[in-house]
Amino acid sequence: MKKIATLLLCALVLGCFALLSGCGGETLTLNVYNWGEYISDGSEDSMDVVSEFERWYEETYGVKVKVNYDTYDSNETMYSKLSSGAVSYDLVIPSDYMIARMREEDMLLPLNFDNIPNYQYIADSFRGLYYDPENTYTVPYTYGVVGIIYNANVVDESDTGSWDLMWNEAYSGQILQFNNSRDAFGTAMYKLGLDVNTTDRAVWEQAQAELLRQNPLLKGKVMDEIYNMMASGEAAVGTYYAGDYFTMVDNQADNVDLQFYYPERTNYFVDAMCIPSCCKNKELAECFINFMLSREVAIANAEYIWYASPNALVYEDAAYQEDMGEDAMAILYPDIESFRDNYNRYAFRSLDAETLALVNTLWEEVKLN
Amino acid sequence: MKRASKLYTALIFLFLFAPIAILLLFSFNETKSLSVFSGFSLKWYRELFRDGDTLESLKNTLILACSSSVIATVMGTAAAVGIDKLRSKYARAAINTVTNIPMTNPDIITGISLMLMFVFIGGRLGLSSSLSFWTMLMSHVTFCLPYVILQVLPKLRQMDPALPEAAMDLGCTPMQAFFKAELPEILPGIVTGLIMAFTLSLDDFVISYFTQGNGFQTLPIRIYSMTKKTVTPKMYALSTIIFFVILALLLLSNLQDERADNRLRQSKHNERR
Repeated sequence: MKKIATLLLCALVLGCFALLSGCGGETLTLNVYNWGEYISDGSEDSMDVVSEFERWYEETYGVKVKVNYDTYDSNETMYSKLSSGAVSYDLVIPSDYMIARMREEDMLLPLNFDNIPNYQYIADSFRGLYYDPENTYTVPYTYGVVGIIYNANVVDESDTGSWDLMWNEAYSGQILQFNNSRDAFGTAMYKLGLDVNTTDRAVWEQAQAELLRQNPLLKGKVMDEIYNMMASGEAAVGTYYAGDYFTMVDNQADNVDLQFYYPERTNYFVDAMCIPSCCKNKELAECFINFMLSREVAIANAEYIWYASPNALVYEDAAYQEDMGEDAMAILYPDIESFRDNYNRYAFRSLDAETLALVNTLWEEVKLN
Repeated sequence: MKRASKLYTALIFLFLFAPIAILLLFSFNETKSLSVFSGFSLKWYRELFRDGDTLESLKNTLILACSSSVIATVMGTAAAVGIDKLRSKYARAAINTVTNIPMTNPDIITGISLMLMFVFIGGRLGLSSSLSFWTMLMSHVTFCLPYVILQVLPKLRQMDPALPEAAMDLGCTPMQAFFKAELPEILPGIVTGLIMAFTLSLDDFVISYFTQGNGFQTLPIRIYSMTKKTVTPKMYALSTIIFFVILALLLLSNLQDERADNRLRQSKHNERR
């Protein structure tokens, strides 16, 4: 009995190690680090992009590829892992402000666009953005715009259209604000027409006063809890990214009718693919980027993530437009031509340490009140 | 009074199990909603078994939990035997305290310090990435070890110290005396330690978060990274399955204990007669 138990244990441990050491043979590895739930993964009859790439690569080049696909929860997690040298990845997909920081710290490699012919399909408005003015390091993957979501069964149509809805006393106790300093201050600053990237203390204090004025009207400060609170009708007004609005609509309760609009000024984000300097197989990573831009793959990703795609193969595709519906297309792709101007003018950039500290102190005061 | 105590017990059970019951219920929901239960469906279970990445991370979690708990149990048992054999009372107390430190240390400190150490050593050795499966395994063994020791030591104390001596008197080598006389006596402690180490490693998030390397993502980290978008109900389905597997294991081990207890009582009863 004891012998059997010992043998079993040994077998178990050996088995574990055997599984890990892999099967040998000529296999390339590609280490990809991306946001969670940020690629079409084969669920609900979508395309499994990662295994599709492995299959396609072997068919085309006759060489096996193993993609190690890991996920992170925030730009900061990704940054601290990469910059400490704790891990090494061949491809990462951070947001704009983090890309700017990584570029300044020489953490990115310039791309060889000969290996990424599909880059030609990226819309012109997504070239020359502030985080990569010369288009040397990045290929945009998704973008999004912050808008206001409201329950049309509660909110009067005439109250909508601007940031004022978030400060409207008629909906006291039903309004949701972002629970992070940058986004929350953003709402107040866009409302007042202030520069969100300013270093001027007085401007930040002005925004703080506006947030303090809003405090008693709020149901709460939330991040991803907003999905359920809006969908269930617990709250009537909130602000989040356009793509996420559709997830809420998908799940809304029977007596809830969620609607969406863009206020006059707002925040934009772009998440882009780039190759960190610890990359071990740059050509393979570029091949993967090109694959991500090809028609079927890019459409599968856009339909899975529900964020807008800067890829013309996606937003000009008739089948995709039909799948999304006219309303969704109008919300997701408000105005592609003016994107660069709006983006470079209004989008958040990384703040210097001093301003960041100031914003955090002011935010703490808002939260305590 | 009696009614009050019953009510109290009921309340405690309610608080313990209501979240799990809700999770269970919504894993069978037709839609993604957490507010409306629109209809019974096994959709999310089907989705779960199609999701290669999640199953991969489940496999990783199990590999890590199995290997780290086995290693921690072997090392912990050896350590406990060693500590028990120490002659000096002070040395024993000192070593006991030292082994307890990782247990009382907040996970986040253990995690960060382990990561710093691995990165430091990796940098010295010139590795391009210092974290890997092996660093994660080492970390898990490290934090499981004290729990195993804590489970095995009392069993050694309870054991009659004359037992191995008697075995050696009857011709056993010290090695044989340990495996034939001591080990069966402390086995319940070892098994409890093993199970504890396994569950600790299975649900550890903080330490794994800091020491995770390329291409070896465990389930808790994967679920956490889903918070940019929403956590899909696939995870409810997975948690439900895990809950029932653990429940079955617990029932099985408790049943075994019960039977062993009965046998012990029976034999004592017979002796007295």
